[in-house]
Amino acid sequence: MMKILEVKNLTKKFPETTAVDGVSFSIDEGICFGLLGPNGAGKTTTIEIMEGIQDASSGDVFFRGNARTKAYHEKIGIQFQSTSLPQFLTVKETLQTFRMLYRIKSDLDWLIRVCHLDDILSRDNAKISGGQRQRLLIAMALANDPEIVFLDEPTTGLDPQARRNLWDIVSEIKSRNKTIVLTTHYMEEAQILCDIIGIMDHGKLIAMDRTGKLLGDYSDMATILLKDVCIEKMAGFASPHYIIEDTIEIQTADPDSCIKDLISRGVSLKGMTVRSMNLEDLFLKLTGKELRN
Amino acid sequence: MWGRIWTIFVSRNKEFYRDKPTLIWNFLFPIFIIGSFFFMFSNDNQKLYKIGVIRSTYTGPKSVTILEDLKKIKYTELIWFDSPYEAEDKLVHHKIDLLIDPAGDAYFVSASSAKGYISEILIKHTSSNEAAAILSKNVIAGREIPYVEWMFPGIIGMNLMFSALFGVGIVLVRYRKNGVLKRFYVTPLHSFEFLSAQILSRLFLMMVSASIIFAVVSMLFNFECKGSYLDLFVLTLAGSASLISLGLVVASRLTSEELTDGLLNLITWPMMILSEVWFSLEGSVEWVRVAAKAMPLWHLVDGARKIMNDGATLWEIRSSIVALFGITAVGLFIGSILFKWKE
Repeated sequence: MMKILEVKNLTKKFPETTAVDGVSFSIDEGICFGLLGPNGAGKTTTIEIMEGIQDASSGDVFFRGNARTKAYHEKIGIQFQSTSLPQFLTVKETLQTFRMLYRIKSDLDWLIRVCHLDDILSRDNAKISGGQRQRLLIAMALANDPEIVFLDEPTTGLDPQARRNLWDIVSEIKSRNKTIVLTTHYMEEAQILCDIIGIMDHGKLIAMDRTGKLLGDYSDMATILLKDVCIEKMAGFASPHYIIEDTIEIQTADPDSCIKDLISRGVSLKGMTVRSMNLEDLFLKLTGKELRN
Repeated sequence: MWGRIWTIFVSRNKEFYRDKPTLIWNFLFPIFIIGSFFFMFSNDNQKLYKIGVIRSTYTGPKSVTILEDLKKIKYTELIWFDSPYEAEDKLVHHKIDLLIDPAGDAYFVSASSAKGYISEILIKHTSSNEAAAILSKNVIAGREIPYVEWMFPGIIGMNLMFSALFGVGIVLVRYRKNGVLKRFYVTPLHSFEFLSAQILSRLFLMMVSASIIFAVVSMLFNFECKGSYLDLFVLTLAGSASLISLGLVVASRLTSEELTDGLLNLITWPMMILSEVWFSLEGSVEWVRVAAKAMPLWHLVDGARKIMNDGATLWEIRSSIVALFGITAVGLFIGSILFKWKE
């Protein structure tokens, strides 16, 4: 598969911190690439450098093996996490305005259909819901029939139904062989939508692989969640465990032995949850902290 | 390029006319101000000197003569008061210029009132021919320009100034702050195209609104333009462009609406005062008049008055036209150099 984007030794330094620290990776054409990490991990800075919004302190980004030119803006579509819409315009006018800024334009009817905008076309931008707004923002990102679509936390703040609607839209975009670069806080979202996942923390890329493989490496692992445990009783406990507020999360390959050990320590198993390991747990294992919102 | 400029131009115009409160304010504010001044100053019976008289059952012999003579003098109004306290209060606060107490054959005048001083001379000479003997009569020819007609170009200019500076300045800063500019930045739209569309859109809207206001005010209050309407249009275009360019400079980098609002007020208020919108700077110190000429609004208002009131041509106001185009060019250059899409 051809590499559509290559990030080489990317570093971004601010006076007080290094936001991105020597990050390198490449993205194949037609896949959905997910970049995960907590706030401050450097993923938004990395994405903004890839989008051409910020300049890198060092390193570079290549589009189809070449340095990016002005024409790069014609090839990409961007959905920002937090941006307002032009005032006093309807949804359709906003979409038409952005389409007209590009040489290549997506079919308006297709945009309206795929982003489910039929019912709100004549509505003022200020009078649409959060989910409708996100759908419009994605439609704007697709206005130029881009080769790469950057989606920055597209479902943050949406209710579960609106989130699932958006996943359907992303799947539809994927089916048209578009390359998607997605950042998200939601592991479930990354698991469902992303083919490749990169995990960032403290400005570095700490893991990157196919979603299935990342999880597959830990497929025999289980996660045990216990509430209101006396911390002293966990002293010397063998399996990796993390305290998150009033919950202890234990990651183990042998849940039977682990539970026996807990009983022997007099730990109450009331309210215990045992489940297979997911990306959230993987993140915790790799970074030692939960994925913060 | 022109397609993108046209797209932004159209969307910006839609924003303007759909923002109903702003739209109404833009049209009604100048008409309201001019209308108010028209009615305030159009009263033919306007009296220059107001002389209060305390009503009493007895009137002294000197007062009888003076009051009879004062009634015959033009531009003098006698205002009767039942209460001497109320009359004195009006005198203290310069609501009347002089107060006569017929019962005591006495008059009162405020030491700090200039009109009181003139009124005092008036009553001293009203029953004799001394005044006529001292003053020689001079007759001057020419049409008097009513204050409202003198003020009208100033009000239009002020409206254009607020529309340009706040319309462009605040909107750009708001768009920068809430990320709309950043969204445009990641499209092929060039900053030159974006700024051109903003300027053209605002210029178009300002010219349309100024023309409508001019037509409405002319019809309502029977104003006339002694000079050429085309000259007035060209001057207004140049003045509007210069004011917009000033707005662009202010809004080129700022991200705080509050700071922008403060800065714009800091620019607009001195400019309004020094540009002779409300009163003439004749008699003011030299540096004030020099400072005024550095401001685009002064050139716009002064030029418009010369065209409307005196029938001047563009050639006769060429120094103002050159100054306005110069300010526009410098403003656009600085504004586009400094312009920033994102925070």
